[in-house]
Amino acid sequence: MTSRSQKSFEMRVQVEAALAEYMHAIASDRLEEWPSYFIETGRYRVMTRENRDQNLPLCLMICEGHGMMHDRIIALRTANIFEPHVYCHIPGALRITENTLTSVSSESTFVVMRTMSDGATSIFACGRSFDHFVKKDDGLKIADRLVVLDSRQIDTLLVIPI
Amino acid sequence: MQLSQSAPERSWNWPAGEFTRVPFAVYTDAEIYALEQKRLFQGPTWNFLGLDIEVPNAGDYKLTHVGDAPVIMVRTREGAVNALLNRCAHKGAVVCYKPRGNVQEFNCVYHNWVYDLGGKLTGVAFKKGVGGKGGVGPEFEPDDHSLRALRVETYKGLVFGSFSDETPPFAEYLGAELLKAIDRVFIKPLKVLGYHSQVLPNNWKLYAENNKDSYHASLLHVFHNTFGVVRPNMGGGIKISPSGWHHLSYTERSAPNDDETGREKVRSLKDQYKLHDPALMEHRLELGDLITNSIQTVFPNLIVQQILNCLAVRQIVPRGLDRAELVWTVLGFADDTPDMVELRLKANNLVGPAGFISMEDGCVGGFVQRAAKADPNAMTIMPMGGKAIEPSQGSRVTEAAVRGFWKAWRSCMHM
Repeated sequence: MTSRSQKSFEMRVQVEAALAEYMHAIASDRLEEWPSYFIETGRYRVMTRENRDQNLPLCLMICEGHGMMHDRIIALRTANIFEPHVYCHIPGALRITENTLTSVSSESTFVVMRTMSDGATSIFACGRSFDHFVKKDDGLKIADRLVVLDSRQIDTLLVIPI
Repeated sequence: MQLSQSAPERSWNWPAGEFTRVPFAVYTDAEIYALEQKRLFQGPTWNFLGLDIEVPNAGDYKLTHVGDAPVIMVRTREGAVNALLNRCAHKGAVVCYKPRGNVQEFNCVYHNWVYDLGGKLTGVAFKKGVGGKGGVGPEFEPDDHSLRALRVETYKGLVFGSFSDETPPFAEYLGAELLKAIDRVFIKPLKVLGYHSQVLPNNWKLYAENNKDSYHASLLHVFHNTFGVVRPNMGGGIKISPSGWHHLSYTERSAPNDDETGREKVRSLKDQYKLHDPALMEHRLELGDLITNSIQTVFPNLIVQQILNCLAVRQIVPRGLDRAELVWTVLGFADDTPDMVELRLKANNLVGPAGFISMEDGCVGGFVQRAAKADPNAMTIMPMGGKAIEPSQGSRVTEAAVRGFWKAWRSCMHM
């Protein structure tokens, strides 16, 4: 393998590992850790494919910075009413779309299965995520994560971040 | 089709004029659902279809629903907005299946029957047969086979459709006071910021009632109470149309006062919950008053929402007995600055399927639906604010507007 393709392979592995840590934290209900996967001023958005394709800016969830992310988790824990459920987030095909000295961007398909407390499992969401990471000394941190849902329909509600 | 109320499984006692009690069967009975399509959605009602800004140019169309009937909303070459039942006059296939677009005419893919933008049949493939054989007979009159057109009325850019000639003009249907409430929000040209929908595991009426129910707002929605968006002792009130069918609930900005709510030991008041980033709650006054929260319903399927700077219309689409789709169209004004758009997008965190305030409305209907079928002949009770369907100043602790919904429903359904 050439040095360049070796570096490219390593970066791909790092991105996969970073996304895997993120998904496992959510799946294990370590939601208070969720903001820590982002830089302080990081942005998180969930939007529909329909809106993105039509260049409409509306998001289902938008968090700009750690403050808004913490608020999402605190609201989930203390204010919002919903039946308990868990996600099984299955990452799909990953592409690295840009790799510079300081940052790396990726795009990945995904499926989230949701299981309710009565045991019913359903396909809750699928689509693609677009992630832009900065390369920190302690690893990759998300500067911008855009989750694009293929469907415009949310079953009942969306409260746990994807 | 007559509903057999003497059947043993339908033994509720529901006297005429009774709107404080409703049999659970209305949410669980398949025959009632079918009758609603005919008597209510295709009856003397104005059903919200969409916004005229969604079809700006001739040939632009959008697919929508009246009840669960598929309808095409389309801009004609003459500049009017038409609404056509999306069902080919031939075999009944949907004539149009892509959710939006621009067409010269409607061309049913099944047998290539063609309709103009007014729904008139202009082409039938092989009408005269082939080689002198086949085709339709001489008695075939194309003008008898148009797409069924709805009556359409547009008010401040909101497009409504009705299947019935008995429906009064929209201004009379809604009443002058609630027309002004629409005027209050739709002050200048709009633009669409985006769409999404929430699929609710409940009969459509449970969501319709929820929006007319100002009683629950400060109780179910913890976020409301804690952050002063709505507290039961803020200024505001309920307005109800002369018919009782439509309503407006609004809350005005005032300093939060905890005393009265504290006495109720309200679950939702949690002092320790503070936002890390209160920019979410920033409210730039733009409608000429201090109203922070305004929810307006137009029976049967429209809600107009202003929550801080988040403006939206919500359309209720029944999707079967125990399923409803709530379609959100989130709006801004065409002349919004980029940072005004940013503010609206942030405020939208409060509403929609992931809304800090609205998400609970997604699941609470399901809580009612799953228990309702246990005994369909039992009655729900809605006694808050008495028995009347009357407006109230100040207090929003009332179910008057919900009783108004049932008045409308019983009237349309002849039940």
